[in-house]
Amino acid sequence: MPNLNMIQALNDAHKIMMARDDDVVVFGEDIGYFGGVFRVTEGLQKQFGKTRVFDAPISEGGIVSTAVGMACYGLKPVIEIQFADYIYPGYDQIVSEVAKIRYRTAGEWTMPMVIRTPYGGGIFGGQTHSQSPESLFTHIAGLKVVIPSTPYDAKGLLIAAIEDPDPVIFFEPKRIYNGPFDGHHDRPVKPWSKHPASEVPEGHYTVPIGKAAVVREGGDLTILAYGTMVHVALAAVEEQGLDAELIDLRTLVPLDLDTIEASVRKTGRCLVVHEAPRTSGFGAELVALVQERCFYHLEAPVERVTGWDTPYPHSYEWAYFPGPKRMKTALEKVMAD
Amino acid sequence: MSDKDPARLKPNRPRLSLHVPEPKFRPGDTPDFSSLSIPAAGSAPRPDTNIPAADTHPLTTALVRVLGDDHRAVGAWDPKLDPDTLRKMLRDMVTVRIFDDRMYRSQRQGKTSFYMKCTGEEAIAVAAAAALDRDDMHFPTYRQQGLLIARGYALTEMMNQIYSNRGDKLKGRQLPIMYSDRTHGFFSISGNLATQFPQAVGWAMGAAIKGDSRICMGWVGDGATAEGDFHSAMTFAAVYNAPVILAVVNNQWAISSFSGIAGAERATFAQRAVGYGIAGLRVDGNDALAVYAAVDWAAERARGNLGPTLIEFFTYRAEGHSTSDDPSGYRPTNEAKAWPLGDPVERLKAHLLATGEWDQERHAAMNAEADAAVRAAQKESEKLGILPEQGKDDIGSMFDDVYAQVPWHLAEQRDEALGEGGG
Repeated sequence: MPNLNMIQALNDAHKIMMARDDDVVVFGEDIGYFGGVFRVTEGLQKQFGKTRVFDAPISEGGIVSTAVGMACYGLKPVIEIQFADYIYPGYDQIVSEVAKIRYRTAGEWTMPMVIRTPYGGGIFGGQTHSQSPESLFTHIAGLKVVIPSTPYDAKGLLIAAIEDPDPVIFFEPKRIYNGPFDGHHDRPVKPWSKHPASEVPEGHYTVPIGKAAVVREGGDLTILAYGTMVHVALAAVEEQGLDAELIDLRTLVPLDLDTIEASVRKTGRCLVVHEAPRTSGFGAELVALVQERCFYHLEAPVERVTGWDTPYPHSYEWAYFPGPKRMKTALEKVMAD
Repeated sequence: MSDKDPARLKPNRPRLSLHVPEPKFRPGDTPDFSSLSIPAAGSAPRPDTNIPAADTHPLTTALVRVLGDDHRAVGAWDPKLDPDTLRKMLRDMVTVRIFDDRMYRSQRQGKTSFYMKCTGEEAIAVAAAAALDRDDMHFPTYRQQGLLIARGYALTEMMNQIYSNRGDKLKGRQLPIMYSDRTHGFFSISGNLATQFPQAVGWAMGAAIKGDSRICMGWVGDGATAEGDFHSAMTFAAVYNAPVILAVVNNQWAISSFSGIAGAERATFAQRAVGYGIAGLRVDGNDALAVYAAVDWAAERARGNLGPTLIEFFTYRAEGHSTSDDPSGYRPTNEAKAWPLGDPVERLKAHLLATGEWDQERHAAMNAEADAAVRAAQKESEKLGILPEQGKDDIGSMFDDVYAQVPWHLAEQRDEALGEGGG
């Protein structure tokens, strides 16, 4: 089985779905001839032609709104927003139109589209290349929000997203496009080829949307994570020798609450981790759900490790990014008697 | 020291000042449109549809008019329509006006929450519908109810939506007048302005990608041309040569803001076509024949893969913005009557009379028939309920169609909502 990095896995998903379904069209800034600034769409225009894969003007509002029109016509747009930080000009169309068209037309028109966008920090991207705005989308009824953490999941989830009749916001953790990141920025970068989850089957397969993955089974505590933080959390757990149950959520909406509940009832302790800022981050929703459903099983308050409530700073990358030190402190706190 | 500290002002420089546009006439003033330059009917040249876009640009400051003050059709833009087509257009416009009147009254009677009339603008949607093919697509604003009526959409369906009653195919989810009907090629109206304009371009791009032959028409008002979505639409339409007709209905008012607040003091709305390098036309929106001719021109151009056309329909919003608006608060009450381009219904009627294709008796009969049809539809529709009775039955339906399947968290919320005794 080939070992693919996340970029290659995503590229493969595009190729498979574009070959299967003539209605899939792909556009965004620099994604056509050049194959995208992160190379996710490399080779697609050559293979499928420029009326199905094309470069768009620098207008996220225009990219999303014309995709809406194409979906109304009957196509399945898979559009790229170059960085999640740039999604806001398209936010009105996403919230007011994409999310609501099925509902307000009682299903006469639907939005089977995917909006893919690289998100997250750990790359010295500063304020406008490092954001994690997922909670701005989990809050909007009608959208699905999916975040893979491995090449295997990235390909399977993207295929599932393209096949999904509902609109999916597909956040790609750019820090781990080329290799997993355990939070230790001073250590050499590991490529995906050494990681088991980089074994990506050829051909079509899906990873179900709405299902979390138990990355590591354990009894001491439950850790809820997604994206890059899955790898950071795993490393922190191993460094502390904790028998943690690590859950990679993979889909934020609709959330796999059953897996979360079963785990917290088992372990009695819970830690939520995400890069996004603390206030009203998706962690707040997770903590609310855990305490609502598992209160009497909890031995300790539910903890969160998150980004700070500041714009994402440039040179303070490693003071902002929730890395091993903050993980260690949080793990100690949640495990304290 | 702040940026606006007076000590920073250099005393030998002229003081800057901000211009805030104001309409010429406010409540209490006597409206006088004599400063408007209205060219003669038939004076605008009609280029071939295959000319370079730039060759249309003189027309973006002109006014395409077919019906003269003598009510006869004149000039190169005369679409030479057969009388049956004209009579159907007249009937549709009359029906729109009667429908508007009854539904506005319905709101005042407390039968629904909201209504928006298109008084004075009836020719635009009706003639555009007549000029396009039945299966061409429209992405309208809230003032193109004429498209549905001209395409034969059942009046009862429209009223059911206005009343949010149990016949409403949109299940009571939308504000009144926010119709949606795929089989009649009428996209769901959104409450946010201009969102539909670039969506129309996207639909047209989809048709082009698939080698379809249907084209698309997007609609927007003068005020909403200030939105970013207007500019995205223009950019994408130009870049991809989309087979789309982009209509700006300039009715002079966006609630209480006259067109100058959207930039009309400096340029016509049609002139935006110049900057984007697409074809542009400016048309008397109260002249049904001119509207038909312009839309027909743009449709032929789009179908020939010659690209988009921006058409400004120059008209006047004769009534308030909606049932929530009283225009006497910001403009003279008799301003609509002073509009120099008249009433679209009266002008088409006068044209048919002048050409001997109509008479007063037939008009009165047609009016009575249309009135009877609207009343009958209203009676039918009200059997299915009016708004004050709604929102209590089938509360669970609130949770459908958010997604294709109801996810667990909505099923749970639905149970909670139903368990609360249904309200």
